[in-house]
Amino acid sequence: MARRRRGQFPEEREGKKPKDDAIEVEGKVVEPLPNAMFRVELDNGHRVLTHVSGKMRMHFIRILPGDRVKVELSAYDLTRGRITYRFK
Amino acid sequence: MIELKSAAQIEHMRAAGQILAEAFRMCRDLVKPGVSTLEIDREVEALIRGRKAKPAFKGYRGYPATICASINEEVVHGIPASKRRLREGDIIGLDLGAIVEGYYADAAVTLPVGEVSDEDRRLLDVTRGSLDHAIAQCRPGNRIGDVGAAVQRHVEGAGFGVVRAFVGHGIGRALHEDPQVPNFGEPGRGPLLRPGMVLALEPMVTMGHWEVRVLADRWTAVTADGSLAAHFEHTVAVSEGGPDVLTADAREAA
Repeated sequence: MARRRRGQFPEEREGKKPKDDAIEVEGKVVEPLPNAMFRVELDNGHRVLTHVSGKMRMHFIRILPGDRVKVELSAYDLTRGRITYRFK
Repeated sequence: MIELKSAAQIEHMRAAGQILAEAFRMCRDLVKPGVSTLEIDREVEALIRGRKAKPAFKGYRGYPATICASINEEVVHGIPASKRRLREGDIIGLDLGAIVEGYYADAAVTLPVGEVSDEDRRLLDVTRGSLDHAIAQCRPGNRIGDVGAAVQRHVEGAGFGVVRAFVGHGIGRALHEDPQVPNFGEPGRGPLLRPGMVLALEPMVTMGHWEVRVLADRWTAVTADGSLAAHFEHTVAVSEGGPDVLTADAREAA
């Protein structure tokens, strides 16, 4: 039985796993801030300080005020979050 | 880490290898149009267990069967099924493994079903020949790269493709041990071969491009371009005197 060559199959790769202690919510960007941060108003009315996830930065996905976005909130600090998706 | 085997360990592997050789003798009679790959699987499992050995693949990473049966564009790891029946003109790769006293042997052949075309026959001959070239490199002082380069030169010289995504492997107390043994490479590169190393050499050759993909069953590897593929394998010990093919049929060699 042939061996899979190392690194050839995605399911064998040790990659970043989704953060399992984060809370996923949606909201609307209200204000761009310095240092690529954004103020996002969540659907539940809370306003949180967010940054753009590294993966989105790598793909040059730009965020503008008014965009609907998916935000992961840290379970430890509910006033901060990470934008993980921009809805079209 | 590459584990060197003692003479006693190698004899257990040879015992396992000889059971596989016997199973292949049986398979040659079994393979004909109309037979299902599951029937072959059943017969081989009965033979292996009848020799007080264990099938090596069953349960390995969840693999459900004793043999791998890979028809036509299937390269390796085809799962036997009652619905897969052989047809005249097919080529079928049969990959078998057995465990004796905790030691593994692993071998494969690709057989024609009935009459096949001249080009299909050439694919089988070239692949078989590339395995012989690989075996010839298995002497102390050579390197893994010499093995891969020998296969690659032979196969690509014949105009066929060498599969990259699967490789041969060290073998012993586990089915897959270090080192990896690619069927391509540069002479003089890679780990040094030493007496006591045991390698499963297994060129996988395609008639078209070497790219493969794995089907949704998470095992069956097929050629990306749908071209035919062949696969031959022996378990070979590197010894002072040169290659010692543990899965070679002792009766045929005589």
